[in-house]
Amino acid sequence: MIESHIPAYIALTYVLFSILIPSFGLWRRDLCQPLAVLGTGLASLFSLIGFIDYLNNGMIRYYFGGWEPPIGIEFVYDGLSGFFVLVINLVAFFVLIYSREISRIEFPDKVMPYFALSMLMLLGFNGMLMTGDLFNLYVFLEISSLSSYALISIGDKPAPFAAFRYLIIGTTGGTLYLLGVGFLYTVTGTLNIIDMTAMLPMFIDSSAAFAALILMIVGIGVKAALFPMHGWLPDSYTYAATSSTALIAPIGTKVGAYILFRIMLWLFGIELTDAFAPVSYVVGVLACVGILYGSVMAIAQTEMKRMLAYSSVSQIGYIIMGLSLANPWGFAGALLHVLNHAVMKACLFMVSGHLRVKEGHSDISLFNDSYRKKYPWTMAAFSIGAISMVGLPPLAGFFSKWYLALGTIDNSNWLFLAVILVSSLLNAVYFFRILEKVYMMNPSKEQKQPSGGSYNEPKASMLIPTSVLAVSLFVIGFANAAIVGILLGVFPM
Amino acid sequence: MVDFITGHYAYWFTIILLCIGLYGILFKKNLVKKTLGLVIIQASVVLYFVAIASKWGATVTVIDDSIPVDQVAQYLNPLPHTLMLTAIVVGVATLGVAFTLLMAIYNRYGTLDEQELIEKIQ
Repeated sequence: MIESHIPAYIALTYVLFSILIPSFGLWRRDLCQPLAVLGTGLASLFSLIGFIDYLNNGMIRYYFGGWEPPIGIEFVYDGLSGFFVLVINLVAFFVLIYSREISRIEFPDKVMPYFALSMLMLLGFNGMLMTGDLFNLYVFLEISSLSSYALISIGDKPAPFAAFRYLIIGTTGGTLYLLGVGFLYTVTGTLNIIDMTAMLPMFIDSSAAFAALILMIVGIGVKAALFPMHGWLPDSYTYAATSSTALIAPIGTKVGAYILFRIMLWLFGIELTDAFAPVSYVVGVLACVGILYGSVMAIAQTEMKRMLAYSSVSQIGYIIMGLSLANPWGFAGALLHVLNHAVMKACLFMVSGHLRVKEGHSDISLFNDSYRKKYPWTMAAFSIGAISMVGLPPLAGFFSKWYLALGTIDNSNWLFLAVILVSSLLNAVYFFRILEKVYMMNPSKEQKQPSGGSYNEPKASMLIPTSVLAVSLFVIGFANAAIVGILLGVFPM
Repeated sequence: MVDFITGHYAYWFTIILLCIGLYGILFKKNLVKKTLGLVIIQASVVLYFVAIASKWGATVTVIDDSIPVDQVAQYLNPLPHTLMLTAIVVGVATLGVAFTLLMAIYNRYGTLDEQELIEKIQ
């Protein structure tokens, strides 16, 4: 009985907690973080129940106020949205547990706004994932964007400027998306995604529908940080506070990627997307350029957060590349990479937070071999995340790249396959230089120096979420066959 | 050709507004002017939606006793108007956040010129 209301429960949980947190936070500031964890925990539980129900009974369509679509507005909880909702809620749950200590250290007087805004941002993300209405999607997009601008502006001195640039680029993207929705509305006369999917094949010759597709890809590409529209990302992720970055980086760009999946594979369908021009191939090539550009720029960085930000540009490219392949293996690889990258990036940004709390910086050129004594668990988590990012078995990162490679072979797309291989090598360059500094530098000299630093790990509330995410990379790696089996069933063709 | 221009004049104005807004965002150095460019882009999309709702010889969507409800051709399309009410609210909220950020930037750096800001940050 509860299952048919799951989509509404997830959204309502976030609405409720975004009101509860400010009201309790004024009374006692310590209550904000437990409430936020409770909120995401409840939402994760609901999304888990919903996903299990999807596996047993098929998709859930929730009609608001009992009005049936296309007149009413609906939430659709199908395989794609269910998977994304589950991933982002679970990752946000761990990040918010982690935020307890670091939010007190980095911005002690802004703890309440941080947690309230994070609830609003998650409401926007979940709404974007679940809604079955294109205009509703725009509204949720702006809810999540406005809260993420505010979250990014909590941070270092240049953070408001980075957030302002993101605001200008992001809102322009959102407005272009809205113009695209307007074009589609004039062509089909509906805003409901499922209804429009049925109608669009009648307008295969319509140049307005094609213009709408381009406008939507460009507009949402900004949010997904697709290659030429990625300019806002490195500054925002670097200057924002670590807890904001750890919250936004793993899930924000994934939601943009989800909308691209929804538009190109569901709403238009791959035949219609490529009817006028090879749009999916162009998007794939842009993703490839993004993969290589992000990796090369990451090698050039000395600040760890900035390096991870460029690495995000590169990793989102894998997801979009899997989308552009439009075959089952590429699709499964891309979705598996959504899960892997969310976990890996959250874990790595958390590690940079540990170092910022304890060392006061996360500058790679200052890393040395004493770190392996001072932070044994942090560095172990970093190594697991880094090795998974490079893509060595049995860690999770290997399998998503493996399925993506299978997808490129299926399409005989040797260019994309070469990009996957080259970028894995580039990933190895920028992660292994850190591992080398921490684990291999001067092994004999280190023994002579008695004062290599003593055990100095941050508190358990920071260490445990990081370690859990690191261990889950092994779990995902071993469970990859089961996950991919589910994901292949989601593929629309 | 003349018909093509005069017949779509509402859309031409939308396109001109969109271009003015994009010009403001891309080429103006002052951050307040960039924000105004953003507002102009949003206004152009709002006007586009209002334009597609209009019909020749139709009236506003308030029930008129002399026009039966089932004669939809006699009424304007109300849906784009409702959508745009929401979009305008979203635009106002964005403007509020943008100006808050601008105040934070000005308090920290004492300037709103993009070039000077980039120099000061590096």
